Amino acid sequence: MKSWFKSGAPWIWMTAGAVSISLISVIGLLLLIASRGLSYFWPSDIYQFGVNTQTGQSYTVIGEIYDRELVPTQRLIEAGIKFDNIQGEEVERLLVKTGNREFVELDFQWILSPEITQSDTPSGLAVFERSKNGNFYGFVEAVIADGKRIVENKEAALEQAIERAVELNDLALDLQNDEIGAINYELERLRLKQRKYELEGTLTAEKVQELYDRRAELNLEYREYEKQLFAYRNQAKRDEVIVKDMRGELVSLPMNYILDVAFPNDMNFFGKVARYGKQISKFIFDDPREANTEGGVFPAIFGTVFMVMLMAVIVTPFGVIAAIYLHEYAGNSAVTKIIRIAVINLAGVPSIVYGVFGLGFFVYMFGGSLDQLFYPEALPGPTFGTPGVMWSALTLAILTLPVVIVSTEEGLSRIPGSLRQGSLALGATKAETLWRIVIPMASPAIMTGLILAVARAAGEVAPLMLVGVVKMAPTLPVDGNFPFVHLDRKFMHLGFHIYDVGFQSPNVEAARPLVYATSFLLVTVIVALNITAIGIRNHLREKYKALEH
Amino acid sequence: MISVAPDMSNKTSSVIDLNNLRDEQIALRIKELDLYYAEKQALENITMNIPKGQVTAFIGPSGCGKSTLLRCINRMNDLVDTCRIEGEILLHNQNIYDKSVDVASLRRAVGMVFQRPNPFPKTIYENVVYGLRLQGIKDRRILDEVVERSLRNAALWNEVKDRLHDSALGLSGGQQQRLVIARAIAIEPEVLLLDEPTSALDPISTLTIEELITELKDKYTVVIVTHNMQQAARVSDQTAFMYMGQLIEHADTNTLFTTPKMKKTEDYITGRYG
Repeated sequence: MKSWFKSGAPWIWMTAGAVSISLISVIGLLLLIASRGLSYFWPSDIYQFGVNTQTGQSYTVIGEIYDRELVPTQRLIEAGIKFDNIQGEEVERLLVKTGNREFVELDFQWILSPEITQSDTPSGLAVFERSKNGNFYGFVEAVIADGKRIVENKEAALEQAIERAVELNDLALDLQNDEIGAINYELERLRLKQRKYELEGTLTAEKVQELYDRRAELNLEYREYEKQLFAYRNQAKRDEVIVKDMRGELVSLPMNYILDVAFPNDMNFFGKVARYGKQISKFIFDDPREANTEGGVFPAIFGTVFMVMLMAVIVTPFGVIAAIYLHEYAGNSAVTKIIRIAVINLAGVPSIVYGVFGLGFFVYMFGGSLDQLFYPEALPGPTFGTPGVMWSALTLAILTLPVVIVSTEEGLSRIPGSLRQGSLALGATKAETLWRIVIPMASPAIMTGLILAVARAAGEVAPLMLVGVVKMAPTLPVDGNFPFVHLDRKFMHLGFHIYDVGFQSPNVEAARPLVYATSFLLVTVIVALNITAIGIRNHLREKYKALEH
Repeated sequence: MISVAPDMSNKTSSVIDLNNLRDEQIALRIKELDLYYAEKQALENITMNIPKGQVTAFIGPSGCGKSTLLRCINRMNDLVDTCRIEGEILLHNQNIYDKSVDVASLRRAVGMVFQRPNPFPKTIYENVVYGLRLQGIKDRRILDEVVERSLRNAALWNEVKDRLHDSALGLSGGQQQRLVIARAIAIEPEVLLLDEPTSALDPISTLTIEELITELKDKYTVVIVTHNMQQAARVSDQTAFMYMGQLIEHADTNTLFTTPKMKKTEDYITGRYG
């Protein structure tokens, strides 16, 4: 036993064990969120249950099975459910998503297994995705297209009608976002212009007339577009589909709210795979709907990536310059030691504190002063004196600054002195040596700092809630209106989206898989950002391999 | 005891009388130079003239101050915070430690090659033109010309002419050291300082570099520090023997190795210590 200890074998086992535990927890975490999140998009079968309750009621339930669990019989009895045929200690119950929100009280329903008299997955059951009121489940009875009632070959007709309606809806949406959005944006700018002239005291009758004319012109244009918009919408409303729901009633669904239809019970495996891919791409590229519980997360992905990149652009030069001063010029006195310790300790400050600082300093003081100086015409409405994507990026830049400084300093100290001397001996000044030799060679270390900073910033939520993130941003921070990048705008963020969907949602059951899916996406985005940065770093390392000797 | 008395038969250069140098024969005058690292004195009252167009070798046991003296000549000792220097080194009758002297332009006039090859992590071409780029020379024709001339003078051209734009780090140690010499002579210095340039190299590379050094003295004044006495004997015209921070003896190489005046010199070259 003693020799076993001496051989070092237990030490190896212990270290290997630690590595295994870390690996297992990382892989387990990824597997859990991936499986929970990604399985949400799989088109599962739609069941039709015949239910016969203990109290003698019988009805039909149509929907997808969301969850199964075992409940103690005792608890059900206490809850007032009577059992004639109690079997065992526990009873299985199913959580079924029934959709059809406008016709039933709850679109999720628990059913006790013993009460189910009949269960099957009939062919022809359709699931409709709608822009309002969530999913609808039922049998398609007929399609009314252009006033004609089609019963024969209704699936094809339905598909056609949906395609047409979706196309029209897209046209309407584009018109609303692009043309009408641009007009509104310009009208607002005209208003600010007028206000600016007023404040400057240079508002002449001529200018008033000019502004008035331009406004009239825009209003005219606006009315044209509006007409077109209503025309699109009316056209989209033309068709409808008649569906028999689980109550056995015929319901007419107007086509303009229907986004998609699927018949999962009639799909083969490949059909399901195709549908799965489509659902995932919709999740990634669509805007959210219905208080973020439906639709995609594109604005959140965009906001996260945009904000992180903006942060990287701010923090890198700032951190690198600070590190260069500390390492190359500041010397090694007690003061620099204190500064260095302070910088390292900054990394340990809770992130919400940065949020408070960002709100107080950047948003109110800095942004408020900017508004006073440059945007007086918009006051009392704030332009930069309100949370926005720039303040978020700045706040996170401060949060991640220590990481960049520390790793840049490390990189600088690893440059061999012989290379610096070689450069100096050729008549270079210290600054020239830094620019031409030292900083390029330290760039892999700078990239390492950036990777760590990005990883930290992309996952940070708490400070953002104070300085710029919102549940629902109507516009992206980048659009087609001059100056194209709007750093004053609020933005959506995947991390906050998770919190919002998971905890602020009116429909907890519907939100749960979305939380996993969004988490998985957030992890994917962070990994993608990191892999990009690591790729760049490896390329740089390859280039400056001299460090090896 | 093995005698290390070197073979002098192939020495061809004309002997200069160090004590009666004319002004135009002198590249550098070192006058009463004292150097301190913090409180410790590393060089004591060094006075010597380094003749133009000749190879001067500094020899002596480890820690005798020969490298320190070499680094004084292009003020590399400025990089050491605790270093303090008294006395003068005159280049063109101008004290290089004068406040009005621009260190960067001094180092352009006094090039240096270090013990270990230190090519920059750039291409061979970019290594050679580094000094010229610092001076703001961008003309491709001039740069190309300088690269070829410097590499030819450093006896490296034939080996690298087909891969000028490959990384310099792919060269062998000896080639790297010649590249560093090419880099130093690309900016046309007057004086070239070599700090044990072959101590990290294999014998064949050493031989190539030594041949190179004897060719370089046609154009440049060369000062070389070496711990290898045969090397000093082979390549240098003048030799200065240093011991414990003092200049013990400075004479033409032939005289110093065959009839040293000082007992310490004799002890050293016959291998009694060092």
